[in-house]
Amino acid sequence: MSAAIEIGGLYKSFGKTRALDGLDLTVNAGEVHGFLGPNGAGKSTTLRILLGLIRSDGGTARMLGLDPWRDTVQLHSRLSYVPGEVNLWPNLTGGEIIDLLGNLRGGLDPARKAKLIERFDLDPSKKGRAYSKGNRQKVGLISALASNVELMLLDEPTSGLDPLMEASFRECVEEERHLGRTVLLSSHILAEVEALCDRVSIIRNGKMVESGSLDELRHLRRPSISADLTRSGSWLKGVPGIHNLSVQDHHVEFEVDPDRLTEVLRKLAELGVGSLISRPPTLEELFLRHYEVDTER
Amino acid sequence: MSSFARTGSLVRLGLRLDRVRLLLWIVAIPVLTYATASAFGELLPTVESRLAFSLTLANAPALVALTGPPFDLSSIGGLTAWRIGGFGPVMLAMMGLLTVNRHTRAEEEAGRLELIGSGSVGRFAPLAAALSTAFGASLIVGALVSLGLVWIGEPAMGSIALGLAFAGAGCMFAAVAATTAQLTAGARAAAGIAASLIGVSFLLRAIGDSSGPQSLSWLSPIGWTQQVRAFSGERWWVFGLMAGFCTVFVGASFALLTRRDLGSGLLPAKPGPASAPDLDSALKLAWRLQRGVTASWVTGLAMMGATFGTIAESIGSLLDDNPRLKAIFEAMGGEQNLTDAFFASIMGVVGLLAGAYAIQATLRIRSEEVNLRAEPVLATKVTRIRWVAGHLVFAALGSCLLTIAAGVGVGLVHGLRTSSVSGSLTKLIAGGAVQLPAVFVLVGLTLLLIGFVPRWAAAAWGVLVVSLVLKQLGPILQLDQVVLDLSPFTHVPQIPGQPISWAPLLILTAVATAMSAAGALGFRNRDIG
Repeated sequence: MSAAIEIGGLYKSFGKTRALDGLDLTVNAGEVHGFLGPNGAGKSTTLRILLGLIRSDGGTARMLGLDPWRDTVQLHSRLSYVPGEVNLWPNLTGGEIIDLLGNLRGGLDPARKAKLIERFDLDPSKKGRAYSKGNRQKVGLISALASNVELMLLDEPTSGLDPLMEASFRECVEEERHLGRTVLLSSHILAEVEALCDRVSIIRNGKMVESGSLDELRHLRRPSISADLTRSGSWLKGVPGIHNLSVQDHHVEFEVDPDRLTEVLRKLAELGVGSLISRPPTLEELFLRHYEVDTER
Repeated sequence: MSSFARTGSLVRLGLRLDRVRLLLWIVAIPVLTYATASAFGELLPTVESRLAFSLTLANAPALVALTGPPFDLSSIGGLTAWRIGGFGPVMLAMMGLLTVNRHTRAEEEAGRLELIGSGSVGRFAPLAAALSTAFGASLIVGALVSLGLVWIGEPAMGSIALGLAFAGAGCMFAAVAATTAQLTAGARAAAGIAASLIGVSFLLRAIGDSSGPQSLSWLSPIGWTQQVRAFSGERWWVFGLMAGFCTVFVGASFALLTRRDLGSGLLPAKPGPASAPDLDSALKLAWRLQRGVTASWVTGLAMMGATFGTIAESIGSLLDDNPRLKAIFEAMGGEQNLTDAFFASIMGVVGLLAGAYAIQATLRIRSEEVNLRAEPVLATKVTRIRWVAGHLVFAALGSCLLTIAAGVGVGLVHGLRTSSVSGSLTKLIAGGAVQLPAVFVLVGLTLLLIGFVPRWAAAAWGVLVVSLVLKQLGPILQLDQVVLDLSPFTHVPQIPGQPISWAPLLILTAVATAMSAAGALGFRNRDIG
């Protein structure tokens, strides 16, 4: 599978703040890629470098085989972008702005546009200043989704959308996937990423900390186990591979290293198991683990 | 009084946000007044020299339209009040207008007023705070103007009257801006309406003071500030008119505020077209964004031109009443020269106004960037150069339209009155056109700032103000030619009246082109945002 986006060792500083600190990121063609990270991790900076709006201080970035800074125009006719904060021209209507941005990209599909306006329930004849945050976001989304492009860069695109519209957005991204388009989706909403994304990258302090398919990432992480034992669970204390153990008399909850799972299960069987639930790690747990390191600093 | 709760906190917030801007106004206007007065003191130290000056004042009748009526030119104070009496109140009116507009409608449009309003803040507090800030700043400027004149040794009564008259202009147009801010949902439009009222007010008194009828001056708030007659038997009751005007407009603004919702204007927001299949280039976008503003500037300048066109003819008749002056002028080249000199100075003002238009049109590039509206456009096929060029075309073509409109306004009206339409039109359109290279230099400079030091882009306004001061007061302040040469408008030939000298025009154009090109390249190579 060829890479739609390839970033290697990317650096960018704003004054003394280092926004990107040797970031690596690969997005395969045709996949929906989740781009996760806490506020200020460098997600928007990465997208803006990919758009050629700002120039990196070092490292490489290639998109669709082209250089985002040099081949800006060729690239931009093949992609669409929804910024995290869609600011509209106060005296242009939503419909005019959808057409404008679509036309400037190289044209949009009028039938698809009409369908999207209906699906997102947008009044396109209102002036830009009259829209609420969610409606401004819809204008940006409709224009991006109705354009005939290979690649979509979405920066927290559902902020301000109500749950119904979020569902519509998910349907649209599913359709994009079927059309074979590549989507880079920066997001905070884990359910959205879990539902939509083939692969996920987690960025923190300008560096990539995890990247892979959801299954791969889960595999690296410890499953959670909760069990009712026939004897006191305190026997489990000190068993190698067990973490975050909590014992309430005969009920135990803990996480276990995947390579120690067999041993731990054997130990449990010795103690006698009444019931056992094993749960794979959720994205939220992965996510929180990386975020917590951040707040500890 | 809970409707006004926390007004004081909001005043402090306003002062914090505006500390640099307001300080610039508060320093600049008194310093200019003081400098003018002390320059007159050095130039014309005796009463005899002042009386002689008042008689030989080459284009006094023409100047009256631009400055204000001379009441008593035998004292330094009287001379200062006459010379700066048009310029000063207009500056203060702009200060009051911009301050109120920025803290009311502009904040509301940006959504920040909503945040403030959600606090335990009275319904009227933001408007009251904006007005208090503007009134306070106007009064401080007025007090400093008075102090400066007293310091020089002018009579206290006259000094206070002139200072108060200045402050009055600031307060009156702060109140006007407070009212227009209730009308439209857009801050630009609200400020535009208020600014056009300053323009109308200035033109009314220009006609009233020169060709008459004099009653027109009494319809003009700017005229009132002059009719106070500082240093010439002050008429304190005129301040009653100003106070009444302020009361009416302040009252109207609060009354209108209660009749509308946050974020909306009184003028209804109309829905627009639901699609725009033809809106497909950066140039067309720039056209959509700039056309309204450009149209109002063109209309305004055409009206201003027409006004001065009606005045010009009366210059000769003013002279008929004064055989001594007439003799002097005839020795200097006759009535025709006088009218031409008047036209040339009008066109100089047109040039500065076109400069103001051009700077704001060019600064659109920066404001689009700051408001994050550049990003989605630059994420499309549009190159940065093309995007900048779209706005630049309007800065340049718009200025051309503006100066031509003003030239046509003056030329047509004057031509119809003197039955020499084509001659007068040619002369005045040329007079407008020669300003353009200097205007383009301002465009180039603005773009240069945007390209290399975007945070300082607004400094372009400073350059315009310096040019304005040099033009208005440069000769009186007896500044060095080197200093005068800093303004691009110094190099513009006086048309009509002088032969066109091409060299400075070509050099200005070349400088403007070079700066624009450099600025565009700077913009292409820097980070956006």
